[in-house]
Amino acid sequence: MSKKASPARKGKSKSKSPRKALQAESAPPPKPPAPPRARKSAAPETAESMAVQQKEIAVSEFFAKNRHLLGFDNPRKALLTCVKEAVDNSLDACEEGGILPEIWVIIEPANGNGSAAGGEAKKTADAPLTGLASGKGGAKEETQPSLLETVHPEIAQSVSTSLANVTRFRVTVRDNGPGIVKAQIPNIFGRLLYGSKFHRLRMSRGQQGIGISAAGMYGLLTTGQSVEIISRTGRKKPAHRFELQMDTRKNRAEIIKDQELANWPRFTVSDADAAPAEPEEVEHGTEVRIVLEARFQRGRASVDEYMEQTAIANPHAEIHYIAPDGARRDFPREVNEVPASPAAIKPHPYGVELGVLIRMLKETKHKHLGGFLQKEFSRVSLKVAQEICAKAGLTTLTWCSQVVRDQADRLHAAIQGTKIMAPPTNCLVPIGPQQILKGLLKEIKAEFCCAATRDPAVYRGNPFQIEVGLAYGGQLPADDSARVIRFANRVPLLYQPSACAITKSVVDVGWRNYALSQPRNSGPEGPLVIFVHMASVWVPFTSESKEAVAGYDEIAREIKLALQECGRKLSLYIRRRQHAAREGQRRHVFERYIGEVVNACGKMIRVNRKQLYAELQAVAKRRTAKADERFDENGNPIRPGRDELAADANVVVIESNAPEADADAVVPAAVPDADKPKAGRKGAAAKKSRAARGLFDENEGQ
Amino acid sequence: MAKQTRKRHAATGKKLQGLAQSVVKAAHAKRDPGIVIPTRALSNSVYDAKRKIITMGKGSQTRTFFNLGMARKFMQTMLIASGCKELNDQGKTTSIRDLFYHCKHTIEGTRENTFDEQSESDPIIEDLEVAIGSLREELGLFAENKGSMVGPMTIVDAGDTIDLRRMGSGGWSVPSIVESDVIQFRKHEARYVLLIEKAAIWKRFNEDRFWDKHKCVILHGGGQPPRGVRRLLFRLHNELKLPVYVLTDNDPWGYYIYSVVKQGSINLAFESERMAVPRARFVGMSSFDVGRFDIDSSVTIALKDEDRNRAREILKYPWFADKREWKREIEQMLKTGVKLELEALSSKDFSFITQTYLPRKLKDKQWLD
Repeated sequence: MSKKASPARKGKSKSKSPRKALQAESAPPPKPPAPPRARKSAAPETAESMAVQQKEIAVSEFFAKNRHLLGFDNPRKALLTCVKEAVDNSLDACEEGGILPEIWVIIEPANGNGSAAGGEAKKTADAPLTGLASGKGGAKEETQPSLLETVHPEIAQSVSTSLANVTRFRVTVRDNGPGIVKAQIPNIFGRLLYGSKFHRLRMSRGQQGIGISAAGMYGLLTTGQSVEIISRTGRKKPAHRFELQMDTRKNRAEIIKDQELANWPRFTVSDADAAPAEPEEVEHGTEVRIVLEARFQRGRASVDEYMEQTAIANPHAEIHYIAPDGARRDFPREVNEVPASPAAIKPHPYGVELGVLIRMLKETKHKHLGGFLQKEFSRVSLKVAQEICAKAGLTTLTWCSQVVRDQADRLHAAIQGTKIMAPPTNCLVPIGPQQILKGLLKEIKAEFCCAATRDPAVYRGNPFQIEVGLAYGGQLPADDSARVIRFANRVPLLYQPSACAITKSVVDVGWRNYALSQPRNSGPEGPLVIFVHMASVWVPFTSESKEAVAGYDEIAREIKLALQECGRKLSLYIRRRQHAAREGQRRHVFERYIGEVVNACGKMIRVNRKQLYAELQAVAKRRTAKADERFDENGNPIRPGRDELAADANVVVIESNAPEADADAVVPAAVPDADKPKAGRKGAAAKKSRAARGLFDENEGQ
Repeated sequence: MAKQTRKRHAATGKKLQGLAQSVVKAAHAKRDPGIVIPTRALSNSVYDAKRKIITMGKGSQTRTFFNLGMARKFMQTMLIASGCKELNDQGKTTSIRDLFYHCKHTIEGTRENTFDEQSESDPIIEDLEVAIGSLREELGLFAENKGSMVGPMTIVDAGDTIDLRRMGSGGWSVPSIVESDVIQFRKHEARYVLLIEKAAIWKRFNEDRFWDKHKCVILHGGGQPPRGVRRLLFRLHNELKLPVYVLTDNDPWGYYIYSVVKQGSINLAFESERMAVPRARFVGMSSFDVGRFDIDSSVTIALKDEDRNRAREILKYPWFADKREWKREIEQMLKTGVKLELEALSSKDFSFITQTYLPRKLKDKQWLD
């Protein structure tokens, strides 16, 4: 093992310590980092010699090595994680500031000329790439189209070979949020686990304050380029521009550059046509730019799909996205209302673990146990505090500082044994069924949409709320299994579907009850998108990279109930469609024979064949009226009264997206002489729709 | 073409046009087009006790287009009608098999045929006959020739004079259409007509020149006699005043052949008037012949369940119900539990039937009425 630092790790934060270099060299990194004593060495170590090496490991150092924990497993995923962290932060900031978010995401290839935006990159851009270059994961995902690509095949495009070979990208994310005060910029972007979100129980996208700084750190590690931040907090304030690098050992930011800008720099996009719309002057907002080693791909679990799903779950956001090949996609705003800002709550006693309880006892500013319990937790009244204390053999007047470990243990048990009101749920801000419908319909041309928001529930003392939306039919592919799109606090979860409680719950629901086919141990099949959102003050992820929701029973139960609620509505719709289709088939039987009967009559007497054809079809149509069930402008079927679906505000039916009930079956060839449709395959679609609708609606006769 | 024939011909064309007109009218009035078809079933056959024939009742069924169960048949009926109209326009006749092919095609744009089997089109033709009240002959349709005839008689068939005394072993083949414009009767010495159930027995009678010896016309219908044979019987009986005798096996099917000749059939009740010979007499095998002619029991055949059921069914027909002799006859068969074929008489001698059996029966007037 070389004692020299690897050339790839010539980051500014590079440590002089041989220990650090040694660790940086060892790839793949051990997980968790092996204690120094585990290292094998030629000469036997003594306790003293080992003691020299035993020291604290900075959290940033730990994550630098275990980047997979943060979602930087491979270059493909790194790009997604980087965009995701930046966009999540932007959306959070805008919502907290009560601003309707407008977000620009620009990804550019940055091979060879790393100086373009990174500006004064200190390090050579042609530094050899680390061993991460060729991503091993994701081979399966690459072949599958993203959600919207399956719905709109026309937008699907492949990544050009030249772009596929690009290994370095510059990601720029700008928002119109409230901005960040100058003093905090280095902390927020340069330190891991620094943030406003960890120490409060409040529903937000970010939870720990790791994400964006980890992305910057990854960029620095793989390309050596600084993170660039521009932020402005108001019209009268100047914009600040920072270039930061992280010192992974100290978990501190190193400020490379700190400027005050007169003007916010405009986007520099090589292709003028692809330039996003941007305001003349940015009055407030934040822009972060990271150059990182990555690989760009489209399809499932790609940046594209992340943007699509983010747009679905955040219909109040306007998002401009420019892919590295210049392909521009704008996701318009559908809801002009900033979601209510969720309130922060104190932890609920049921959710607190013994260790946390002991720490809280140590740190509290309250002297007495009674005050501590009442003030540090939610839903603890004086009476409840007294009950807990009594059960633990203590009193409300016991001094917190005097509680020993044994007593804390009893206190913890007493809490679990006391009946305490469920935590307040006003801290949850669900997306809401109407918004879900808007988000889904905005991006997916479905014929049926319904959504449901469950009442808040509690797991381990944390309130949470489940929302489900179903989009069915229309342009969705019919012979595939249903797509499950998962969200936690409005953030799309793109990886590890099989480890996620949401996917498991979808599989657990008996979809056959809802007129859908479902293979064993699998989700339903059919033209269906299942949207599941979990809103919580603390979403229990299975890992720090926030990819899958842990399977608490309470959560799984709520998801299932919500899915069932929507499933019932869907089945009502599907069954009605099936009925209409049957009627259509019936009409089709008649229609097949109309041509024959018209010709037979035409041979016997003089008759206007076209008129007779139209008239007979009119009679057939009247006798099979159900197949032509129409829907009003609100998308509800016109059938006064007693219609469950029509009366339900959380259901939308879009007739224009629905296939004609008899479209498959209709063969229009028997139309008599004149007006022969252009034969051949080309006209097949036109013929179909003409036969299905035109012939019935317009009387062609005369 | 005779004047009368031409008139009938034109009337049939009008009726077919009326059918098409009714469809156009219904469609125009936004109604479901329908064809009223008198029901051809026992439930809708009425025994006219006075005339002693089966006639069709008033029951009818409307075959509508926009009814899932009837749509195909409606379409087929219209196709057959249109085919008949074409025949009518061209003044041609054709076989019902030919018409089946004429109307059979694949519906455009589908893989469905208008007709799959001739068994589909034949009943449609009968439906059309009753629906517009025109006989098959009037529609210009004929069936395959079935049945043969010889006898001391000269006829004209489509302009050709035919001496039925010189027809060799095969006899004259009876066409499906035997109307007076096709077949005319000339000189004859026949005293009666003998309808024989099957060709094999008829051959025996021809070979033995029974018709010459007994001065009668012999004809067979190959089992249940077709409409041509029945119509010819009717004409021989009514125009030449010849009595008709029916010689069949001793089984329910034989009884029914006699019944159809005498009263008409249930399926073609509308034709009884011009086909039934109410005065026809049954000289077929009787259950009592076993004793009368000392027939060995080894040549009898045990009745099957379906024979018994059919026999009981026939017993209930109103035209049998009031006949004591017939009741005795059928009950005797059920009692003995056996049936007899005409061929059973050959156990005595090949020509026993022509030389002994039938002459004796006719002489002793051992027939059933």
